[in-house]
Amino acid sequence: MSEELLAEPGWLSEEVKTGTTIIAVTFDGGVVLGSDSRVSAGESVVNRVMNKLSPLHDKIYCALSGSAADAQTIAEIVNYQLDVHSIEVEDDPLVCSAATLVKNISYKYKEELSAHLIVAGWDRKEGGQVYATLSGLLTKQPFAIGGSGSFYINGFVDAEFRKNMTKTETQEFVVNALTLAMGRDGSSGGVAYVVTIDKDGTEEKCILGNELPKFFDQ
Amino acid sequence: MAATAAALQFSAQVSSLNNYNDLHPDWTQREVSTGTTIMAVEFDGGVVMGADSRTTTGSYIANRVTDKLTPIHDRIFCCRSGSAADTQAIADAVTYQLGFHSIELDEAPLVQTAASLFRDMCYRYREELMAGIIVAGWDQRRGGQVYTVPVGGMLTRQPVSVGGSGSSYIYGYVDSNYRTGMNKEECLKFTAGALTLAMERDGSSGGVVRMAIITEKGVERQVILGNQLPQFSTV
Repeated sequence: MSEELLAEPGWLSEEVKTGTTIIAVTFDGGVVLGSDSRVSAGESVVNRVMNKLSPLHDKIYCALSGSAADAQTIAEIVNYQLDVHSIEVEDDPLVCSAATLVKNISYKYKEELSAHLIVAGWDRKEGGQVYATLSGLLTKQPFAIGGSGSFYINGFVDAEFRKNMTKTETQEFVVNALTLAMGRDGSSGGVAYVVTIDKDGTEEKCILGNELPKFFDQ
Repeated sequence: MAATAAALQFSAQVSSLNNYNDLHPDWTQREVSTGTTIMAVEFDGGVVMGADSRTTTGSYIANRVTDKLTPIHDRIFCCRSGSAADTQAIADAVTYQLGFHSIELDEAPLVQTAASLFRDMCYRYREELMAGIIVAGWDQRRGGQVYTVPVGGMLTRQPVSVGGSGSSYIYGYVDSNYRTGMNKEECLKFTAGALTLAMERDGSSGGVVRMAIITEKGVERQVILGNQLPQFSTV
């Protein structure tokens, strides 16, 4: 009886992780990024409304997963480095540059860090691009998924992705994928954040739990 | 002589550290497991069951054309995942028990009975076994039914059930594409699609897709070879 009263809640001793589902998809003219909003420390949810889509520059965002501290720090450092870089070149930075900066940090400190960032954005040279930087590799892909919830939607995204979808179709695809992953992964949940980046600007949207699409759920 | 003995001793210590020994290939030290993706779907009038065909020992594919859909009775089959030895032994035992029970009853056994027998064995010996089994079939009383008995020995009936290491990758696809009231053709397409996607992503699943359709009329077996699998736009 007394042991239970004295026992510590899990969140005091567990590392804070963004359990997570993150996804980024290119479409004809830009990219759409999406994430869930759950941050867990062991079994406790310490933040149920965290926005895991972090801006690196006006038209370049990254999606965070893995250890919350590691991911946030990488994003902040790269944000600073990109600012300096864009002043030096007197132009908006390329998405490829942002991704390379993230990759450099992820690779150099790969033993110490455990975070996976997906970098996506729009630039004048190449249009919409998505880069995955898992463990320090750098690869450009039509779309990328990450986080613990992404395992459950591998089949779904393989089946449903098509190149050159319209902006609305891509947003729907991202929201559907997030909803399905949040339905199956205990470490993902809450609301869905969606960021759309194209030549006209950046649009951030938050879709609440009850507005998410409904799928077959016995 | 002494140097060789020391060298051999050293290499034995190293190999015990990371279980790697050039003298014995990896697969001689690993248990045989049906890595696997298995699936079963109910439709009005029967069930469709599907499985991949890969059995692995470590990274060696011991059998690339395995049949993981095992008959338990005339219109009851099971899909096996986990340890190949454990699931074969359990299936043999349940086949015997169900056959005996059916003779005593003097009629075809219920799918629920078969599932219960699996569950009893998987729960009683849960510490020793590593077996995830999906039991499906048709009986007179309730028509097509799918029961799942995952690792640990739970029993539950589901309209659609997936299992095995490859199943994680297709939960999203199954959740979004399953609808109640599908007919036999739609179920076949759904199963083949789901298994193909899982086989693409899971290293322990692959080969051909084997399917079984069980209805009042009997059992129909189908095989879809690698080059005939549905194509998805892979990145």
